[in-house]
Amino acid sequence: MIKLIEVSREYPRTGYALRDISLHIRKGEFVFLTGHSGAGKSTILRLIQMAEKPTRGEVRVSGVSSNKLRRGDLPKLRRKMGVVFQDFRLLSDRTAEENVGFALEVTGAKRVTIRPRVARLLAQVGLAARGQALPEELSGGERQRVAIARALANDPLILLADEPTGNLDEWAGKGIFDLFREINGSGMTVVMATHDLDLVRKHPSYRVIELSAGSVVYDSADRATEELV
Amino acid sequence: MPYSVREAIAAFRRAPILVSISIISVSLSLFVIGLFALTAYNVRAALNEIEERVEVVAYLNDGASPAQIAAAEAEIAAMPEVLDVRHVSKTEALATAQRELPEFQELYGGLDVNPLPASLEIRLQPGSRTPSGAEILTQRILAFPFVEEVEYGRDWVAKIVSLQRLAGGATLMIGGAFGAVAGIIIATAVRIAVFARREEIEIMRLVGATNGFIRRPFLIEGLLAGLIGGLLAVLLTYAAHRFVSSTLMEIQWVPAEWIALTVLAGAVYGLLASAVAVRRHLRAV
Repeated sequence: MIKLIEVSREYPRTGYALRDISLHIRKGEFVFLTGHSGAGKSTILRLIQMAEKPTRGEVRVSGVSSNKLRRGDLPKLRRKMGVVFQDFRLLSDRTAEENVGFALEVTGAKRVTIRPRVARLLAQVGLAARGQALPEELSGGERQRVAIARALANDPLILLADEPTGNLDEWAGKGIFDLFREINGSGMTVVMATHDLDLVRKHPSYRVIELSAGSVVYDSADRATEELV
Repeated sequence: MPYSVREAIAAFRRAPILVSISIISVSLSLFVIGLFALTAYNVRAALNEIEERVEVVAYLNDGASPAQIAAAEAEIAAMPEVLDVRHVSKTEALATAQRELPEFQELYGGLDVNPLPASLEIRLQPGSRTPSGAEILTQRILAFPFVEEVEYGRDWVAKIVSLQRLAGGATLMIGGAFGAVAGIIIATAVRIAVFARREEIEIMRLVGATNGFIRRPFLIEGLLAGLIGGLLAVLLTYAAHRFVSSTLMEIQWVPAEWIALTVLAGAVYGLLASAVAVRRHLRAV
């Protein structure tokens, strides 16, 4: 599903954000990306979205290679990935419904099909009654739910989340996390960057990849393999 | 209604001030061009009127027989540069002179002889009312043996032609300069509009919108702003025309094609300016 092969990412002014990383995330996995801020979590997510290209190495997502990516391919690839951010990134002048519907409209979906689909998505994230609300009228947790509904709009294969609970209180954060687990339970691959170690510890069954200074310093999948050997 | 059109219209509602600035800058720029066009059109109309009076006059020998004159008249009328030919007899010339020139009356009033020659007044085709056109014709008419002298408003023709050139050149230059300014203002306004919606563009990309899809609403927005600006410019120019006509002097209104062209220019400007602005911005995001 997602493969990073000897990937390095270097920025002209700040140097290496990632150094020689190889990862393989399989379909249906739930992966925590952890590490200090600046360890390279967001860079990995951006590489998977192909918002950036690796300086060296290759990123492969759902059969698309970063080395052979053409500009025209990107929109299609993006529709296979839902992305959720710490700061929600909702359009403040549109209602919850319109924010979710936006992701469908830009793919050229017909209006008649958008309306029921948006209603289903909002119900899925527990906001069936809040469709007419503007983002400013919603709590942080509710805003993140709208963002998740938007991320799920195009039936993605992968859900990428960059510190999705970072701006939320504990209760709201837990609600969001439970939503991710539910989504993963339906078979979707989830990659979640977080520095909330408590959360990671509470869920030992999920794969944990820890980054430090641009390198993988721990991968629970490796340990599992080692233990098997 | 397709998404892009709906979004373009929604942009008017979301950022009314920004869109108004675009529209006003288009309309003011095109209004200036419109005023100039109105002036140029009226100057040209006035010049054409003068130009129409340019004619070549061939003075004839007293010895020319009526048959000869009639033959010459027919032959000259058949020349491609000639619009029509009028024969003015000696008697007619005298009558005209007596009517229009009082001094003539005083000088020749008592004489029995008619000192004035018969003539052929030749009006030229519109395309031939130039110094060279008149000159070529003059040479050809001088070849008739009974033609004594050929005259045309040599200086007049030359002056009119240079005036026309000047008016045309000025229209081109000043109109072009204002056009460039209009383009820059529109592009800037659209760039501000694009910048204001930068967040939206980022999200569109995030959820997998194609570049064409992202671009389209901005292009339509520019097109609409330009179109409305163009229409406003026509209205403003018409108001100016009415004002001048009722207070200063009667002037002509420009032809319908010019109006269509102004509106079209507004639309095309709006479209191009937003195309440039969006393209540049999309590269930057």
